[in-house]
Amino acid sequence: MDSEVAIRLQNVTKRFGDIIANDNVNLLVKKGEILSILGENGSGKTTLMNMLSGIYFPDHGDITVHGKKVTIRSPKDAFALGIGMIHQHFKLIDVLTAAENIILGLPGNESLDMKSIVAEINELVAKYGFDLDPEQKIYDMSVSQKQTVEIVKVLYRGAEILILDEPTAVLTPQETSKLFDVLRNMRKAGKSIIIITHKLNEVMELSDRVTVLRKGQYIGSVETSDASIDLLTEMMVGQKIDLEIDRTEPLPFVGRIEVKNITCRNRDGVAILKDVSFTSSAGEILGIAGIAGSGQKELLEAIAGLQEIESGEILYHSPEGETVTISDMKAADIRDLKISLAFVPEDRLGMGLVGSMDLTDNIMLRSYNEGKHFFANRKNPRKLATRIVEKLSVVTPSVDTPVRKLSGGNVQKILLGREIASSPNVLMVAYPVRGLDINSSYMIYNLLGDQKQKGASVICVGEDLDVLMALCDRIVVLSGGELTGIVDARTISKEAIGLLMTSSKKGGAQHAE
Amino acid sequence: MTILMTFIQKAIGQSISILFGATGEIITEKSGNLNLGIPGIMYMGGIAGLMAAFFYERASAAPIGFIGLLLSFAATLIVSALGGLLFCFLTVTLHANQNVVGLSLTTFGIGFGNFFGGSISKLAGGVGQISVATTASAYRADIPVLSKIPVIGDLLFSYGFLTYLSIIVALVIGRFLMHTRKGLNLRSVGEDPATADAAGINVTRYKYIATTVGAAIAGLGGLYFVMEYLGGTWTNNGFGDRGWLAIALVILALWKPLNAIWGSLLFGSLFILYIYTPGLTRATQELFKMLPYVITIVVLVITSKRDKLENQPPSSLGESYYREDR
Ligand SMILES: Nc1ncnc2c1ncn2[C@@H]1O[C@H](COP(=O)(O)OP(=O)(O)O)[C@@H](O)[C@H]1O
Ligand SMILES: [Mg+2]
Repeated sequence: MDSEVAIRLQNVTKRFGDIIANDNVNLLVKKGEILSILGENGSGKTTLMNMLSGIYFPDHGDITVHGKKVTIRSPKDAFALGIGMIHQHFKLIDVLTAAENIILGLPGNESLDMKSIVAEINELVAKYGFDLDPEQKIYDMSVSQKQTVEIVKVLYRGAEILILDEPTAVLTPQETSKLFDVLRNMRKAGKSIIIITHKLNEVMELSDRVTVLRKGQYIGSVETSDASIDLLTEMMVGQKIDLEIDRTEPLPFVGRIEVKNITCRNRDGVAILKDVSFTSSAGEILGIAGIAGSGQKELLEAIAGLQEIESGEILYHSPEGETVTISDMKAADIRDLKISLAFVPEDRLGMGLVGSMDLTDNIMLRSYNEGKHFFANRKNPRKLATRIVEKLSVVTPSVDTPVRKLSGGNVQKILLGREIASSPNVLMVAYPVRGLDINSSYMIYNLLGDQKQKGASVICVGEDLDVLMALCDRIVVLSGGELTGIVDARTISKEAIGLLMTSSKKGGAQHAE
Repeated sequence: MTILMTFIQKAIGQSISILFGATGEIITEKSGNLNLGIPGIMYMGGIAGLMAAFFYERASAAPIGFIGLLLSFAATLIVSALGGLLFCFLTVTLHANQNVVGLSLTTFGIGFGNFFGGSISKLAGGVGQISVATTASAYRADIPVLSKIPVIGDLLFSYGFLTYLSIIVALVIGRFLMHTRKGLNLRSVGEDPATADAAGINVTRYKYIATTVGAAIAGLGGLYFVMEYLGGTWTNNGFGDRGWLAIALVILALWKPLNAIWGSLLFGSLFILYIYTPGLTRATQELFKMLPYVITIVVLVITSKRDKLENQPPSSLGESYYREDR
């Protein structure tokens, strides 16, 4: 081996109760390289990295850093070894400023001199080309700004080895490429970088080598230059899988949800949806595209009755031919019409599941009011839970496991499974594959396709334009709360959607029906 | 004029115990520990100080006020800190529920105070017979010279040292929380222990130290009550619900010691307002005694509605923390 080894893990094992999260895993990280770690949801990537960053302690196995065998008992030990981790769920304190978060837990002058600290941080920010105001409060920041704080925090501590756990899952394409530039700058500065991602094209674009885990086991490592997307997928999943979304023709147009000139304001009184109108059809997948925060979330919530509407109305044309004005109904009554919403928020926590309750109870949450008995009937939800677990290959010890013990992707499958199981007439999903591995993503795409064929009107808010264009029939484009176009997903180009995403109505964007 | 002066002096007399209690509870809560044992700990601190002074004065032929003061001060700090330590051991180390432990500790602390209060009363020859006159007069000594200035002297300099100490402690803790590294670390522990932990902060140590120090500070509120307010004696349940007022004050003060200073004055005034309001019946008196709580509830309502995040309680308040949990 010619280049210097930064980290070597040998036969590292970690169990949680009955689950073996890591089973004799080996890993090698060289100095000055970007290593990707690839694996499906629940394959143990986060657990493995947490043992490097001192959050978990391995049951057995050896960790060597810069040639010396080490014991990492706490995050403090990890910092001392120059290892810093940017977690999947950000570890930042909302009420503090970026600078305060960055210096958290560090030794130094007891009396805080924020001025000089901010100056130091600004120096670092300039060196690597970040975009950050150290004096901004975390709760005022976007997801990508928060991530920047996390990275600067780690660099400020003098980390030589950076671990990023699914950093791009919550970023827009523009933010992602900015992040990659920064990571390349760091590699140039001699730092080693470990990055966990599900997006194979990112692996190919950014990394020098790839290590693959599957079901807690080490499968192998390859040089990125020798790898292909097909090879990596096979290593990850253990078999060849089809990476095509099979999109069927939409059913003939039958209006289902009719949104008429709705305008909504957020809590600060800013218009977040401006005079938006469109009609979704039964038997189609209608995509909603837009830069993060353009009103996608509010639009779905308005339909679901969770967002107050200032003006305009929303009609529901039921399969039986009735027309109901749902914009003045309560959320619970709208749900009774089989209009369901599955929303995966940016941080993927708190998405309509109760962490401490088991799978069965969470399934029940959705359907308990259908019960006719005073005592809840746990039998059916249990059957349903078992079916969801099997059909979506949820990795869990049993349906009695508390949801918070599952890895993020598996939690998401339960959420979607639960909504789909209610066989909705209108199924709205937001970011359904956020952070999911490819296998699970395709499973979800196919589930949405099935619903469409069954005649449901599927409305899908997505981040990945390539996917939206391959999955949907029509795409509604929002820009700053305005509808700037309704386009045919089969014929439109990515560039054209991109243009609509940033244009404003006044700029003269056309409606293409 | 004189009645206003008396009112202010009496209000300040009421507010000092509450201020100590609130400052102690603030630093405790900033670590994420909701110590509802503070009212009990204040009883424990009070009786410990009284007992130390009592036995010292009994044993010594010619007791010296200053020594009695030192002994009782130390006894209060030690016993109330032990109360905080016990709370931590049960909630942080053994992960017991904070509300249950806190409420039990309060019940225990009040019983502890009354039991030993009764015991030393017996030794002293009967209820109300306890007297630690020498020590109490040391606590009650006002500021020489300055207190002789007309009006201002009465208003500002006529109190014992604990009064000034309570304000100094509140100012110091306020500064500590906002302008030091350890204060920043402590706040982060209370907001999100997992984040603090990942940043290399020893969460357990911070919780232990903040809670123990907080309990010791709160205990001084009990000491103030027996020494300066009562003049060195004990009446069962005499401290009343001042401990709960201290906890309510934490909310009113939005977890800021500086606010607790004026807040305690407000509470102190409201606490005795009924005495100075003419024409009250027994029933309407009780209504007046509710005022501090009514104000706290109003503040809670106002701050919970779309207010700044900075004015909310520490996010992890009342929750225990395990590192490998998720
Ligand atoms: N703290 C924990 N307690 C119990 N089980 C856990 C814990 N952390 C992870 N697991 C389990 O370990 C396995 C691996 O999880 P994780 O490392 O998060 O996977 P990945 O990051 O690859 O998606 C999963 O089955 C998950 O449910
Ligand atoms: Mg993970």
